[in-house]
Amino acid sequence: MSIKVEHELHRRRKGRNMGLLGLLLAFVALVFLLTVVKVQELGDASKFQGYDHAVQPALVPLEGEAGAVASE
Amino acid sequence: MTDVSLEQTSHEAGMGDYFALLKPRVMSLVVFTALVGLVVAPVPVHPFIAFVAILCIAVGAGASGALNMWWDADIDRIMRRTAKRPIPSGRVQPGEALGLGLTLSAFSVILLALATNLLAAGLLAFTIFFYAVIYSMWLKRSTPQNIVIGGAAGAFPPMIGWAVATGGVSLESILMFALIFMWTPPHFWALAIFVKSDYGNAGVPMLTETHGRRVTRNHIMGYMIALVPVAIGIAFTSIGGPIYLATAVVLNLWFLRACFRVWRRDETQAEADNFAAEKAAFKVSLYYLFLHFSALLAEAALRPWGLGGW
Repeated sequence: MSIKVEHELHRRRKGRNMGLLGLLLAFVALVFLLTVVKVQELGDASKFQGYDHAVQPALVPLEGEAGAVASE
Repeated sequence: MTDVSLEQTSHEAGMGDYFALLKPRVMSLVVFTALVGLVVAPVPVHPFIAFVAILCIAVGAGASGALNMWWDADIDRIMRRTAKRPIPSGRVQPGEALGLGLTLSAFSVILLALATNLLAAGLLAFTIFFYAVIYSMWLKRSTPQNIVIGGAAGAFPPMIGWAVATGGVSLESILMFALIFMWTPPHFWALAIFVKSDYGNAGVPMLTETHGRRVTRNHIMGYMIALVPVAIGIAFTSIGGPIYLATAVVLNLWFLRACFRVWRRDETQAEADNFAAEKAAFKVSLYYLFLHFSALLAEAALRPWGLGGW
């Protein structure tokens, strides 16, 4: 028996590998799109500090301070 | 046994075999009820977040299905209905199912927590635990009330969907839970009466085998009566409305009549017409659940045009 014979087992294994590839790519797309949506939902980017993606009211400069932004 | 193990080593599982471990048919009901729970909630959810949330709930349900198949491989091998499942047929090794179940459980819960909120993720984790540990490992083999309490696992998805949107639990989500919870016993026992099962050989205590069909008929009627106020009650909450109320009244009369017919007759009558009434009740039960949730969906869909709700 030649070593290059395509066994039914190889076909199954290939199907499994391609399936896993598809799932991993789908997961990458999922995390990317989730990130885009989550960041967009944060609203006005000038109103929060970016490092932890959360609004930090204490860090919003008060009116009258140097470089102040108009607060709502 | 030797030729079976030989078969196992010569087989390499395909992608479809792993997918079958996730019980895709059960998953479809989970997806539908979770989606309704999410859509009827008063807080709008971004469509992509909703998609990820439903995906997580479906994968979590699939993971608990894989854990169930890992634990129950011994009884699945004995029963005809389940002998062709991936593990008893030798296509997937038990350890693979355990690994897949545990990994997907953790994956779905963590992703749901990151995408939505901790309550929804906690409810999903509890659902997986309830189905895999409380139902599969403990109740299924120890009490004929197994499916009553185990039905809670199938009742959680709309509650998780609601929690995804609102971050909380409310009367509405508890009633959606109760609707599926109370519906499961008459639905399942109607099936248990007419399907010639081999649960007895596998040592699983089904009510039909431990207490007989007469007692099962009484139980069907009892749970059906308890189900009616839950189903009608939803109509008067914030997610109900005239469409739901009308649907619920018709469906409850229909299912009550079907269950009443099952309750009224004895075994000779049932065997004479080959369990026609029991088969009819089972079929009605499927429409019953599907149409109740469809009506809730219709109320929510018509709300923007001022037609849904009261």
